[in-house]
Amino acid sequence: MQLSRRQLMGSLALASLTALVPQIARAQDAPLAKRIPSSGEALPIVGLGSWITFNVGDDPVARDSSAEVMKAFFDGGGRMIDSSPMYGSAQGVIGYCLQKTGNAASVFSTDKVWIANGDGGPEQIEQTRLLWGIDRFDLLQVHNLVAWEAHLNALKAMKSEGKLRYVGITTSHGRRHGELEKIMRNHDLDFVQLTYNIADREAEDRLLPLAQERGIAVIANRPFRRKELIHRFEDQKLPDWAEEIGAANWAQFLLKFVISHPAITCAIPATTQVDHVRENLRSARDPLPDEKTRQRMVAYIREL
Amino acid sequence: MSEWWAYHPSDLLMFAPQTYYRLFELYNASLWPAQILTLAAGVAIATLMVGGPRWRGRLIAALLAFVWLLVALGYFMDRYAAINLAAPYFAWGFFLQAVLLAVVGSIRGHITFHGGKTRTAKTGLAVFVFALLVQPFMGPLFGRAWSGVELFGLAPDPTVVGTLGVLLAADRIRWELLVIPVLWCAISGATLWIMESPEALLMPLAGLLILLLGASKSLTPQEFQRRD
Repeated sequence: MQLSRRQLMGSLALASLTALVPQIARAQDAPLAKRIPSSGEALPIVGLGSWITFNVGDDPVARDSSAEVMKAFFDGGGRMIDSSPMYGSAQGVIGYCLQKTGNAASVFSTDKVWIANGDGGPEQIEQTRLLWGIDRFDLLQVHNLVAWEAHLNALKAMKSEGKLRYVGITTSHGRRHGELEKIMRNHDLDFVQLTYNIADREAEDRLLPLAQERGIAVIANRPFRRKELIHRFEDQKLPDWAEEIGAANWAQFLLKFVISHPAITCAIPATTQVDHVRENLRSARDPLPDEKTRQRMVAYIREL
Repeated sequence: MSEWWAYHPSDLLMFAPQTYYRLFELYNASLWPAQILTLAAGVAIATLMVGGPRWRGRLIAALLAFVWLLVALGYFMDRYAAINLAAPYFAWGFFLQAVLLAVVGSIRGHITFHGGKTRTAKTGLAVFVFALLVQPFMGPLFGRAWSGVELFGLAPDPTVVGTLGVLLAADRIRWELLVIPVLWCAISGATLWIMESPEALLMPLAGLLILLLGASKSLTPQEFQRRD
């Protein structure tokens, strides 16, 4: 294929830009992606959570509705879906949706081990795998540090045997950051998952810099504090300069804040609405706020 | 759960309100026409509370034990457990209440109805009739689907309120039988409150009302209880 001079210059400019921001991988019409530090694999920076939203039991109407959300997610270029044994029927519903939408091969499957008995991890993981209907998980995490030593050892063993690609550990709601920091310092982790949003920024002090220093990918949960932040600000006016960062509404404003932090690899908002999943994925496009604009975003929120 | 105080109550709710309400629609559809059976059981209980043979208390307790068992197995284990990890524990609670009703009321005959004309007995009957005929319509009244009505004998809330009415109407307050129903009033009220359901206060108020009236009845000698 021959390139015109303009196309060539455009490609060179894009290449230069990519070189300036080496973490961010780009593909036409796809959401922005960041590299997983331990492997270099590119991962779209907006994923899909499943807490509450995919816990619909055996309701056939709600299951099909969940499948529509998942289809929109994959059609929009999303890959990471996150769940846990703690999420009720969510894992089984994800399995149903993956089968229905035919996306079992393209999903970046992310789940957790959550059982107080340290010896019970492998059995729970196998049950989880059967519910998803996949051959193996991309990422398994120790949920909320429950029996973390035993589970982390089991996950590392699975990874070394080729039964798992990445190992991680999670916390949420800003809890147990001190203990998480120690684990991040002393263990080889591919991922950590923690709560990070414009109102919960405690992780900025130590955990996010440590993740960058140690080469650990970070998943941000609760980017909207469920829907609380959107409800809190929806009656307020977006700043005029929101257009400059490509935020057409509060959800995109809030999500762009999360995914623009250099240490954050992926945010996992959960939703039951096809429109919302598309809107979330559109947030994962240029322009993203730089550090100065991020500070401006925080200051604006404080004033409201 | 570690550092539980760091959680907001809404963080503990693991399903959406629409999922919860849809549960009753699917539950009713799967059990039809069992609703006729439980309605008949409810009518029989109300009738027996007004009058009947000396052993009617044993029969009422047996019917109540049956519906508590039905709710434990049919609702909590078969339905609610799919979306709430705590449901099996609730099922055990309802199963235990069924056993208590059977032992205390049906086998030992400690639930009797000889003083049906006291004000407390009439209030108890009114509470039971409310649970049987009015409470199921709270959902549709607040805009939810008719197919999701919560019925006495099948859904936990009207079953609990109806049982509280029966226990209030009985000659003696059996406190050991009030513990689980009143606990459920608190649990259900908290769940509905977090879901911002308009009838969230109904169950806690019902539990509180029965506790206050029950305490008053226990402290008043039977010969002084008011008859209208």
